[in-house]
Amino acid sequence: MKQNTDNPAAAAEEPNRVVKDRARKKYKEGFVTDIESYTIPPGLDEDTIRLISAKKDEPQWLLDYRLDAFRKWQNMQQPEWAKLNIPPIDFQAISYYSSPNANKENAPKSLDEVDPKLLETYDKLGVPLHERERLAGVAVDAVFDSVSVGTTFKAELEQVGVIFSSFSEAVQDHPELIKQYLGSVVPASDNYFAALNAAVFSDGSFVYIPKGVRCPMELSTYFRINAINTGQFERTLIVAEAGSYVSYLEGCTAPMRDENQLHAAVVELVAMDDAKIKYSTVQNWYPGDEDGKGGIYNFVTKRGNCLGKNSKISWTQVETGSAITWKYPSCVLRGDHSSGEFYSVALTNNHQQADTGTKMIHLGKNTKSTVISKGISVGKSQNAYRGLVRVAKKADHARNFTQCDSLLIGKSCGAHTFPYTESANMTAKLEHEATTSKISEDQLNYCLQRGITEEDAISLIVDGFCKEVFKELPMEFAVEAKALLDISLEGAIG
Amino acid sequence: MLKIDQVVANAGDKEILKGLNLTVKPGEVHAIMGPNGAGKSTLGNLLAGMPHVELTSGSVEYMGKNLLELEPEERAAEGVFLAFQYPVEIPGVNNMYFLRTALNSQRKYRGEEPMDSAQFLRMVKQKIKDLNMRDDLLKRPVNVGFSGGEKKRNEVFQMGVLEPKLAILDETDSGLDIDALKIVADGVNQLRSPDRSFIIITHYQRLLDHIQPDYVHVLADGKIVKSGDKGLALELEEQGYGWLNE
Repeated sequence: MKQNTDNPAAAAEEPNRVVKDRARKKYKEGFVTDIESYTIPPGLDEDTIRLISAKKDEPQWLLDYRLDAFRKWQNMQQPEWAKLNIPPIDFQAISYYSSPNANKENAPKSLDEVDPKLLETYDKLGVPLHERERLAGVAVDAVFDSVSVGTTFKAELEQVGVIFSSFSEAVQDHPELIKQYLGSVVPASDNYFAALNAAVFSDGSFVYIPKGVRCPMELSTYFRINAINTGQFERTLIVAEAGSYVSYLEGCTAPMRDENQLHAAVVELVAMDDAKIKYSTVQNWYPGDEDGKGGIYNFVTKRGNCLGKNSKISWTQVETGSAITWKYPSCVLRGDHSSGEFYSVALTNNHQQADTGTKMIHLGKNTKSTVISKGISVGKSQNAYRGLVRVAKKADHARNFTQCDSLLIGKSCGAHTFPYTESANMTAKLEHEATTSKISEDQLNYCLQRGITEEDAISLIVDGFCKEVFKELPMEFAVEAKALLDISLEGAIG
Repeated sequence: MLKIDQVVANAGDKEILKGLNLTVKPGEVHAIMGPNGAGKSTLGNLLAGMPHVELTSGSVEYMGKNLLELEPEERAAEGVFLAFQYPVEIPGVNNMYFLRTALNSQRKYRGEEPMDSAQFLRMVKQKIKDLNMRDDLLKRPVNVGFSGGEKKRNEVFQMGVLEPKLAILDETDSGLDIDALKIVADGVNQLRSPDRSFIIITHYQRLLDHIQPDYVHVLADGKIVKSGDKGLALELEEQGYGWLNE
């Protein structure tokens, strides 16, 4: 149905096919924006951290937080338990701060003042920031290397009391909130990469939804790595007060480069009584070339704290990018009757490696969690699901349902499942289902006999395999996610 | 329309078809009967381009083309349809989406405009009504959780939507109760037209009570050993296949 692009009526009905056409060719986000930027020299010591903190004009307590994290990190070891083959990373060869604005004085105060080249970059990525063209119903915070270049719909959101800003701005404007919640879900000492992030984090988004407010639009952050030899260490914090609701999306891309680049982010979510947070990710960092050269190392700690009674946090992720992914979006179900969800599609092709999954920590009574993971392995890639369900002693009547499905395409790839369960409470009810399948010759032949080409048949079968996860994504993202899978599946046959 | 000439073919490493001849003209309905292992399904698979069947010698001409040189999806677009003996399940893909993808792929191959969803929806709703089948067939994932009868009905429905020139039914009657058999047969009868031909592969005569074939052929040991009209099917019903070997 690729020809539908010429037919506007059909195109409107099936945007995924249109996106697919446009994006048919390889990694279209692989371009570099030629822009003057200020990048600090590679290297990491306490002076680097002081410099980053000074660049951002941060209060002393935040600098102290960073330095404390750095000292912890220096005494930690890079984790080796994942089913990943991670080449040694030279942390002294990375630059930890790069900004497209030469200095603080001429930093843009509003979107009108943003360098047109940056606006053009986001246009090209399909996330226009201009008032005229911006996406209806989606507010966007655009993070370019280490800084946020602008946030749309800010004023509209302020009217209902929603704070949506870059993390750096929030430090200036709402220090009390940042101080209260920063590190409250993922402490600096949590793990090696979280500690590194706490020491050197640059920008990210901050979201605060006041009591009883249903956020009137989708909030979204688009992360873009552009500068060479830099790492991106973003920090995102979302706080949903009692009875509030927010749906947040993130997208990420980077240029095609032969060198590997490090992305170590931390995301913290806090949900109070009856609050609901829906967090969706379409991760499309540059995966490296066919021979496994280049690509992003994506080492991310994401955790949500269901602090309040009856609160709910839902993670949905579609992971197609990165050379290496190490990521376990988790929920701590502290409030009674709280619930956590994890829906994931992870597709690896060529030499990509992914070790991803979730942790559901049941602390409160009558807590509930659902895990649906779909791993698709193509080419020579390795794809692992790693999940932990832990039920604490006092978590009476905790329930978990986990379903892990793996789909293999080709003969040289691997799928692995590592489900861990630890239950200290007899009333817990835990269910686990796992399947591994190949796209069967019979399915392919059936499609071929109906006139569908092999490439379209694989895409159709994979789409069907991922359906349970795609239906959790907001509409626009579901469209993008499907298109991404199709691109990532390229070369899956033959 | 179809000319099968002295075809010798292997399935796996075993010679199954051993010099088969068959000519089908537009609008004709040919029934192929025969004992198990005679090569009936191999014939269907060979025509549709399914794997594990290899031609050793002979030729198949379809609408003036060398059929066996075409890819399976090209044969489909040229109008060859195989109703599978064991239709395959495709989880998560709804039947309507599947069929629209199939139809538009075929149209693209033929250089025709794609059918948009509104047109397509109208068309399939009409077809499902004509074929006396239920609407929920459209929304369910392809063959997933379908009963044996529903799967076969779905094959006939797909045939109705794709409007092939040559439809091959591979033991579509197997495993059907009498009501399902009747719905399937009625479907086929409705789809009969002067420019559409059928090859109906069956082990039993009972399907032919409902679909009147123009010709009946007996396939045994890789060859057509006897051809006749409907009377031949009745004869086979009475006497079994044993007498063929005598």
